[in-house]
Amino acid sequence: MVKKEMIAMLLAGGQGSRLGVLTSKVAKPAVAFGSKYRIIDFPLSNCINSGVDTVGVLTQYQPLRLNTHIGIGIPWDLDRNIGGVTVLPPYEKSVNSEWYTGTANAIYQNIAYMESYHPEYVLILSGDHIYKMDYGVMLDFHKQNNADVTIAVMPVPREEAKRFGIMITDENRRVTDFEEKPENPRSNLASMGIYIFSWDCLKRSLLANAQQSGLDFGKHIIPYCHGNGDGIYAYEFNGYWKDVGTLSSYWQANMELIDIVPEFNLYEEYWKIYTKCETLPPQYFSTDSVVERSIVGEGSEIYGQVYNSVIGCGVVIGKGTIIKDSIIMNSTQISSGCRIYKAIVAENVEIAENVKLGVGEEVSNDTAPHIYNNGIVTIGENSYIPENISIGKNSVVFGKTVAGDYDNGYLASGRTLIKAGDGQ
Amino acid sequence: MRAIGIILAGGNNHRMKLLTQKRAVCAMPIAGSYRGIDFALSNMTNSHINKVAVFTQYNAGSLNEHLSSSKWWDFGRKQGGLFVFTPAVTADSNAWYRGTADAIAQNLYFLKNSHEPYVIISSGDCVYKMDYNKVLEYHIAKKADITVVCKEMPPEANMERYGTVKMNEESRIEEFEEKPVVAKSNTISCGIYVVRRRQLIEMIEKCAEDERYDFVKDILIRYKDMKRIFGYKIKDYWSNIATVDDYFRTNMDFLNPEIRDYFFKQYPDIYSRVDDNPPAKYNVGAKIKNSLIASGCIVNATVEDSVIFKKTYIGNNCYIKNSIILNDVYIGDNTHIENCIVESRGTIRANSYYKGEGKIEIVVEHNDRYVI
Repeated sequence: MVKKEMIAMLLAGGQGSRLGVLTSKVAKPAVAFGSKYRIIDFPLSNCINSGVDTVGVLTQYQPLRLNTHIGIGIPWDLDRNIGGVTVLPPYEKSVNSEWYTGTANAIYQNIAYMESYHPEYVLILSGDHIYKMDYGVMLDFHKQNNADVTIAVMPVPREEAKRFGIMITDENRRVTDFEEKPENPRSNLASMGIYIFSWDCLKRSLLANAQQSGLDFGKHIIPYCHGNGDGIYAYEFNGYWKDVGTLSSYWQANMELIDIVPEFNLYEEYWKIYTKCETLPPQYFSTDSVVERSIVGEGSEIYGQVYNSVIGCGVVIGKGTIIKDSIIMNSTQISSGCRIYKAIVAENVEIAENVKLGVGEEVSNDTAPHIYNNGIVTIGENSYIPENISIGKNSVVFGKTVAGDYDNGYLASGRTLIKAGDGQ
Repeated sequence: MRAIGIILAGGNNHRMKLLTQKRAVCAMPIAGSYRGIDFALSNMTNSHINKVAVFTQYNAGSLNEHLSSSKWWDFGRKQGGLFVFTPAVTADSNAWYRGTADAIAQNLYFLKNSHEPYVIISSGDCVYKMDYNKVLEYHIAKKADITVVCKEMPPEANMERYGTVKMNEESRIEEFEEKPVVAKSNTISCGIYVVRRRQLIEMIEKCAEDERYDFVKDILIRYKDMKRIFGYKIKDYWSNIATVDDYFRTNMDFLNPEIRDYFFKQYPDIYSRVDDNPPAKYNVGAKIKNSLIASGCIVNATVEDSVIFKKTYIGNNCYIKNSIILNDVYIGDNTHIENCIVESRGTIRANSYYKGEGKIEIVVEHNDRYVI
């Protein structure tokens, strides 16, 4: 008989719309992070490092990049005879076919998958956080308390607590109450969206709430379990944990990796982060190159100057180009004589000669100031920017642009240029 | 599939000096991210050869570790796959491999149990890219018994360690000299052969009966006039790494943009075991000029005209020039390294000074790490 003590269900179907054009064509978990990684590498690596070798990845929004990345799970040693990684998209049923309408609904639609492994516990993860965590320790905590549900929480500053779901616990860490984004939080323990359920509790709760539209863990399942008197416990986590849900938090988290001794250290020998690595060759630096306070991925060739930046794999940076405070993702080609300041340039972009990004006044974005802010210029994947173009701050470009798309070779700060056909 | 592959990876070479105390020549790290045998293995898989045997003998620890999973070269399959043959005591034999032909003879069942009509033999210590199917086509067109891949060397090359060949106008090999003191030709054998499987079995069995053990001496040279042996000349990059100087030069060749483009960018790719190192990190004080840096390195100082392999740490205020630093080396602050090859996993104390005068110096230092 096939049996796994704990299996993981990784929610990777969300768009992550606050990442703007970065997630126009890819699901958020597949967005590049920290030069060579993608966001989903962190929870997947945590799984295998914690001894969880059966992972269902629930996909829905733009899954192509995600599916290619995961493949059969080789980079994470999740290619197993029994278990391993399984990609679980929504599927047609004889009656009542639907998309995944909520986090718990997605899990509900895959009860058969989970049941086939006869698990005692199910770990629910989301694919959009940067952290290293041993789920085995959390499971021990769950077992010690004879819990039905364990929720990972982390202490946050009181003033930030109103952005999170907050858990109120008694002295035994048992959750007595919870509040979703409270004005006046009664505790500083924020839910990290990581749950361990005992299987019978999970199955029972999902079946009982099956008809609920948009079935969600935070909104429906946890309150249901609470009302039912199930034992809900809060497992406190004190390590590094970053939500990279907005462009500025994404930029910030990347920049933290280049500190002399980063708080989130990728260079530790244990608890490695694994990723699918398409490029193997070493990096080349020419005689005229300068590189300082930066991390650079495999196979990149640097002929220009790079300061305070995160450079992906297979990137080419031309002679005389200066890059500062920027994120350049895999396979992007930047010609010579460019100036790139505080920009996020997605994968496979081509930037022609003498282009300037991030120059001029700070003006807030004209279409989506809540997404494009903090002075960051964002260039979507596969874009082309012709030569001699200057682009201002808080602006966004997506698509194969030509000189005629710009006003006298200039895109003012705060402007949005999304070419028809390539848009969202 | 028309052919199976054999990679000869057993050899040691005294010309590698200290470097092969740790590993076989084929396991020597190359170009920052690869090892010698990756080139032959990648050529096999890129030529759609699905079944490959690797013969190892000398100091095969690193090599076996490198080959511990065959999936990186796409050999993890039910049909074919990667077969590693190390000498073993059997009912018939308790000898080491006494030579390349003996290695094949001791594992003859591998050839006998295959059904593919041809065998591609390559040595594992050469850096090159090749579609073996082209050699095979040539072999068939020439109705050859054995085809030997050859390359013309520049006149200044030292021929002493190669086998030289002389061909007639039909490309048939008329003379074959192993390691000549005075070479009569500047065309050398690259150690890559195509031969029909049944023909090979027959010749190897005959060899074993006569207690002869070397593929070059006892097969190529001995059968030169009896069999149709042809040369297939290549013009592409090919380099043998089995001396310190050639090893150094081959690595430095990758600083040349054309060679980098040929190996790293043009189809097909060279594959290697994936190490899951983080991206390389450059702190304040890093100054890199004309150098290759592999993943997992942390650099705080000056590196010029050098190849730095994986996971190397270079401390503050160091100066690394015209050198090769192998995997996982820790270099303490204020260290000067010039014209050297630093052996892997070495730990160099702060304020050290190494300079190869007129030749490449091999640095092997195993101080305690993280103790200052």
